[in-house]
Amino acid sequence: MTEQIKMRVQNRGEVSDIRILMQHPMETGQRNDEKGQTFPAHFIQTFTLSLNGKPIIEGQLNTSIAKNPLFTFRALGIKTGDKLSVAWTDNIGEHRQDEMTIA
Amino acid sequence: MFELRRKFLKGGLSVTLLPTLLGTGMLVPTRVLAVEWNTTAFSASKVGEALAAYGATGAAESRDILVNAPEIAENGAKVDVEITSNIADTNSLAIFADKNPTPMCGAVAFSGPALPYIRAQLKLAETTRIRVVAKAADGKTYVAFREIKVTIGGCGG
Repeated sequence: MTEQIKMRVQNRGEVSDIRILMQHPMETGQRNDEKGQTFPAHFIQTFTLSLNGKPIIEGQLNTSIAKNPLFTFRALGIKTGDKLSVAWTDNIGEHRQDEMTIA
Repeated sequence: MFELRRKFLKGGLSVTLLPTLLGTGMLVPTRVLAVEWNTTAFSASKVGEALAAYGATGAAESRDILVNAPEIAENGAKVDVEITSNIADTNSLAIFADKNPTPMCGAVAFSGPALPYIRAQLKLAETTRIRVVAKAADGKTYVAFREIKVTIGGCGG
């Protein structure tokens, strides 16, 4: 089960702040439960942020990114009606893609 | 489509059919990533090895990479780091935490209207130096360092 990726765009003149929240446990594979059993690693490995279908940011992540990764990126000239989409894939092959239109 | 998926899950569909289906485009994922996850760099347990695998050995120290991070992080599970590169034509930025079990935290590539800026939250195992590597379009690499004191580590349990 994957949860929706949240996106928010804030325009500050020419530059826009793009905030992305990818809800994911980002389990390191180093934590143990009460019985000493290790929680297996489960984390987002790659993600892509696309503007109108064209990738503008591509990221690769490790387990050392905090749980429910929250990023802010910046881009020039984003305008009303533009479509922003984010897609991620994790180490066990789960993936998620969500899209928003800039209001 | 869902019917097909069901069948797949049940194993009722023969494996020999798979390439045929792939050929029709029915099973092609909707998104394609240009880059593959850099297993060697991300799995390296020493920062030197991670930097080498990422292709950033011998990066020149630069004041044009601005790293904004707390001097003291009370909770290593969530350390806010803000990075801006003022180096012309910065293609990508990568973050390493020297003392984490696997030092390489992430790498981001920028193209088109994207600016070389990242704000992210890291897990830091202990007090460590973090380094940010910027790669420019001409292939040159630059690095900036920052020391972060961690009161409670963020990796184990």
